[in-house]
Amino acid sequence: MSETNARLSKIVTDSDVVLFMKGTPLFPQCGFSSRAVAILDHCGVAYDSVDVLQDSEIRQGIKAFSDWPTIPQLYVKGEFVGGSDIMMEMYEAGELQQLLNEKQVARAN
Amino acid sequence: MPMPAAEIAALIRAALPEAEVVIEDLAGDGDHYLARVTSPAFAGKSRVQQHKMVYDALGGRMGGELHALQLTTSVPN
Repeated sequence: MSETNARLSKIVTDSDVVLFMKGTPLFPQCGFSSRAVAILDHCGVAYDSVDVLQDSEIRQGIKAFSDWPTIPQLYVKGEFVGGSDIMMEMYEAGELQQLLNEKQVARAN
Repeated sequence: MPMPAAEIAALIRAALPEAEVVIEDLAGDGDHYLARVTSPAFAGKSRVQQHKMVYDALGGRMGGELHALQLTTSVPN
């Protein structure tokens, strides 16, 4: 396993919920990342974020790691959930909230 | 380089011949699109798998020349 993949494995298992995004939750740098942040905020869960714009190795590496071509990307308990379109579809169907509940993810403070 | 909507639809239809493809140019700039793809080929597949089938159809353009493509996939009723 490459060094980048090892770093990514650690990131997605160290946090229950982690969003790879462009920018930060307070200052998203892309409309899709902004939408992903809004969805997680609506779900009311605690999450960590990784700003891929600050780390080109992660930015390229996460696409291969997840076999997914775009950012943002959401991981819950080490499992890839999807990008912002899938997050929105799941949120609207109540499936994202259900998944976060089932995985017993901590609530946001 | 922006991509014309017709080209996006043609690539998707080439890979998923039975698909119904609707493309909207969200910002009118030829660069921000929404695609609704309905195909029987999605039956029994997870959302991630369905989206990957469309991304595969676009042959590596997603995340590159096609930055802003909002995607919705569904199975016909």
